[in-house]
Amino acid sequence: MNKNSLYNIFIENDSVFAFVKAFLAVLSAFILVYFILLVTGYRPLPVYSALFQGAFGSRRGFGETLLSTTPLLFSGLGFALAYRCGLFNIGLEGQITMGGIAAAFFGFIIPEINPFIHVLICISAGALAGGMWGFIPGYLKAKFGVHEVISVIMLNHIAFKFAAYLVSMQGPMKDKIDDMPASPVISESAKIVRIVSRTRLHWGIFLGIVIAVLVWFLLFRLRLGFKIRAVGKNPYAAEAAGISIKKHIIITLSLSGALGGLAGAVEILGVHYRLFAAFSPGYGFDAIAVALLGMVNPIGIIASSFLFGILRSGSVFMQAMYGVNKDMVSVITAIIVFFMGMSIPIGILIKDRIKRKNHGLDV
Amino acid sequence: MAVIIKMENIIKSFPGVLANNNITLEIEEGEILCLLGENGAGKSTLMNILYGLYCHDQGNIYIKGEKVEFSGPGDAIDRGIGMVHQHFMLVPVFTVLENLILGSELVKGLSLDLLRSKKELEEISSRYGMEMNLDAYVRDISVGMQQRVEILKLLYRGADIMIFDEPTAILTPQEINELYKIMESLRKKGKTIIFITHKLKEVMEISDRVVVLRDGKVIEAVETKTTNVKELAQMMVGREVLFKTEKPDTKTGREILHVDNIYALNKRRLPALKGLSLNVSAGEVVGVAGIDGNGQTELVEVLTGLRKIGSGSILIDGINMENRKSGEFLDAGTAHIPEDRLLRGLILDFPLYENLILGYEDKKPFAKGIFLDFNAARDWAKKLIDKFDIRTAGVNVNAGTLSGGNQQKAVIARELQRNPKILIASQPTRGLDVGAIEFVHEKIMDAKKDNRAILLVSLELSEIMNLSDRILVIYEGKIIAEFKGGEVTEAEIGLMMAGGHR
Repeated sequence: MNKNSLYNIFIENDSVFAFVKAFLAVLSAFILVYFILLVTGYRPLPVYSALFQGAFGSRRGFGETLLSTTPLLFSGLGFALAYRCGLFNIGLEGQITMGGIAAAFFGFIIPEINPFIHVLICISAGALAGGMWGFIPGYLKAKFGVHEVISVIMLNHIAFKFAAYLVSMQGPMKDKIDDMPASPVISESAKIVRIVSRTRLHWGIFLGIVIAVLVWFLLFRLRLGFKIRAVGKNPYAAEAAGISIKKHIIITLSLSGALGGLAGAVEILGVHYRLFAAFSPGYGFDAIAVALLGMVNPIGIIASSFLFGILRSGSVFMQAMYGVNKDMVSVITAIIVFFMGMSIPIGILIKDRIKRKNHGLDV
Repeated sequence: MAVIIKMENIIKSFPGVLANNNITLEIEEGEILCLLGENGAGKSTLMNILYGLYCHDQGNIYIKGEKVEFSGPGDAIDRGIGMVHQHFMLVPVFTVLENLILGSELVKGLSLDLLRSKKELEEISSRYGMEMNLDAYVRDISVGMQQRVEILKLLYRGADIMIFDEPTAILTPQEINELYKIMESLRKKGKTIIFITHKLKEVMEISDRVVVLRDGKVIEAVETKTTNVKELAQMMVGREVLFKTEKPDTKTGREILHVDNIYALNKRRLPALKGLSLNVSAGEVVGVAGIDGNGQTELVEVLTGLRKIGSGSILIDGINMENRKSGEFLDAGTAHIPEDRLLRGLILDFPLYENLILGYEDKKPFAKGIFLDFNAARDWAKKLIDKFDIRTAGVNVNAGTLSGGNQQKAVIARELQRNPKILIASQPTRGLDVGAIEFVHEKIMDAKKDNRAILLVSLELSEIMNLSDRILVIYEGKIIAEFKGGEVTEAEIGLMMAGGHR
């Protein structure tokens, strides 16, 4: 076979194909929203320019971009990991919430200590709490065959209500000093240090990139990752090869939940410094879009979470400048997800057509 | 008889492969023509060209003497050519009638004129001896019946020339006979049939003429009457085929597998194994014959740790395996060639090298601490590809893109390389062509020579008779008869398979 032809690069190399697909999905979304803006009476080009200006135009803006990238990166990785095992973890929002609760708790209950140790304790507690929230649906699925989508949606609501109760008027974690429905502010030593002055950006983003690389290693270099992928792609063959389906479902959902927990912990320790009832504005649900756009590949997810970070931070400026509701970026997100979903059948169709023309053989 | 189709000097190449190399083919009106050849010989490509799915690079096609150019199956259908594919194109939640009229519905105003269509179809189906319930849902009818729906669909669209792509692969022996009857009656009504197959027996039974393809070329076109199975096999494979595998003389050693009085349920939680006992010793091939659905699947699953037993005992080389997991069975020395390689045998989206280390991931030299050494895996895969002659473009190719025979070779390579004490082979040659079958049989005999115990479960009686030292007959979840290999006729076993008594 001619290895060098463009066709081969496009079709045979899955990562190139994936990148092209993702790029086209994003491009199509922007084109479609262009017309939506036009119809609703805005001038699309200045609006887009404001969007990017908001995200990149100033030091503060860029900091905000990376700031919203961080939780999306963690939770996107969480969703991707579960997805690789054939699991649909739509419970990341709940896992983020639990992680945030645990991190906040250890953040204010422990007085000033060595900041490195304090942050480490809080982050670990967050990961553990999120992991717990992933372990439960994993165990229920392995033991009783409860579908994870059902159980995590219920666990989401339990987590939301639990957080709300904790910081409510009579709640055990309610700050006694001020009137806000929030926990006490965490100790100085529990705060994740900011890295650039005059921005809110903290080093959580670097932790995220490190974790992304680790997840990549887990999936593609570790024995555990091989088994997780095997169970995800064909549980029957994995089982016949002696790989326990149940065990790996529990492990994967726990790890996925732990990544959600990390997102929550880092968000509390780096941005809010205290627990609010709904401190995550849907990062756990955006995680699905982030992971899918990143082709459920950790390295791809670094890029896709950055894109969604741009949309989130730029939208504020866009709204301020032109009065376009910042939820317009949710429309872009939705269209991207839609096209990514479509790109699977369309991609297969294109591949099929080209293969049929060129390869064929006995199909 | 008149020539109805002439394909002249057809050339079709795909990157790296010349699928059809200057093929000339004449098809006479009203005949049943067999296109015989191994997988990859170019039969399906040729027929897909005739059906308008592929464009040929060079050559001409004439229908009733008139030169035609097809740009798609629609053109072919207009010319009266129809094709029944291996995989049916039916809507399961529609009724037979709805499936038949789909795409060419008769309408009355805004609504469908189902009554008129139904009348027409009833007339067609009775004319060809294919009576069926048009109101049944497709999901509820058997595979054989679904195939009839496909055939009826062609007739309804007015096809005179019908291409059947390996139609028997998915049918039971009874259904195959039914299909033959239908083909006969179609021929009597003047239809022309092209029958793609790699099964020699079928060629002899049904065809008038046979065209043998090999490596994209026509090797021979003969009248079926004037040839025989042996000759056809030789033309097809290109060398002499031994229909009897050389059985090595090995001494039977100690008992490796001991199964005593086991009971187990099937998928639907109904009793499938009801007090089954058997044993296999080192260097011995024990064949389990039986009609499909008598507990074979469950037996193999139980013996590989994929299904729990209710009671009874399983010993592998003296170790009690009661309700152990599949991994523990592998560790105890079992290897498993599953009945469905696509389901249990391979992960189709994984590259070949990852498939070849399935079940080895915790063992040296692949396991390096928590890491998996993928370079070692690639080297290992290269070795197995050489040793087992797996035809692939490389180790990075996805398993799903290999041909059936090469997929099975990959499974066998992986399983035999486990160095098992006992090999449990379930329908190891299902869907394979003659050459690949011979290869698989050789490998099983090699395993016997290496003094491994082998349990062979198969629906192909000839395979069991050929390879086994002892033959067990399974019926309704129990072993009801035992024969010594070579001392029993097919008829005797057949009687027992149906549950009869001696």
